[in-house]
Amino acid sequence: MFQRFAFLASPGKFYAIAGAWLPWLSALTALGFAVGLYWGLRVAPPDYQQGEAYRIIYVHVPAAWLSLFVYVAMAGAGAVALVWRVKLAEAAVYECAVLGASFTALALATGMLWGKPMWGTWWQWGDARLVSELILLFLYFGVLGLHNAIADPRKAARVAAVLALAGVVNVPIVHYSVEWWNTLHQGATVAKFSAPSAHASMLWPLLFMGGMYLLYFATVLLARLRMRLLEREADRQWVRELQHG
Amino acid sequence: MAEFLHMGGYAFYVWSAYGLTALVLLANALAPWWRRRQWRRARRARAPGSA
Repeated sequence: MFQRFAFLASPGKFYAIAGAWLPWLSALTALGFAVGLYWGLRVAPPDYQQGEAYRIIYVHVPAAWLSLFVYVAMAGAGAVALVWRVKLAEAAVYECAVLGASFTALALATGMLWGKPMWGTWWQWGDARLVSELILLFLYFGVLGLHNAIADPRKAARVAAVLALAGVVNVPIVHYSVEWWNTLHQGATVAKFSAPSAHASMLWPLLFMGGMYLLYFATVLLARLRMRLLEREADRQWVRELQHG
Repeated sequence: MAEFLHMGGYAFYVWSAYGLTALVLLANALAPWWRRRQWRRARRARAPGSA
């Protein structure tokens, strides 16, 4: 069992295996986005209340899902980095923070672009969902800032991992904020115990886009981890032996 | 086509959201390629003829 995952502990093996997977994953991601965009922008019907503006949810909601998912992944990598000091996990803390901050910024920006025509305002400080998502962005910035402030990259990863783990408390707050505080942002459409409240013709492209965002995250994370290991391990034997570095 | 681009009057909001998303996702995906090119160039500069 553990043998199968041994390549994760060896940067050289991870580099080779991820490199073999990347072209396929990249092609699948590009194809998936093409399908998802066509589905969300052309095939799905307009909303009876929001008209065409609701199509923003096909980029907003997946970005918001990933902003939380990536945070949990980053904290998980942080825990592995702290306990077992695996180099790949240390690199993953930083690369997850870059991608997570991007998803969070996109969730906020696309949410504002949806909020202006639909709620009549870009932003509202009294809304718990909006503010907790902004705190999530600052947590990502904190992890990145700590990382950049400490010269030794291995030590930086462990210090950043501690902040990442402490910030996990914000994740359920973001998720349940729409239930705990009934303010501007509407409740869950998909992730709730009763049936989802959107019609299937609008819901399926949303779930599909969510899957594509996840695939994108996995693909780009692999590519970025490879590059990071290459830079970090420049003086190691496995990098020097690379023929097509 | 013009109707599609018009987005029922919400063109600015819809296309800004999709445009921003495309920009950020592409930049994040292309960054490692870019870094790789620089890395290769630096390596060639360090050891001419070996790579």
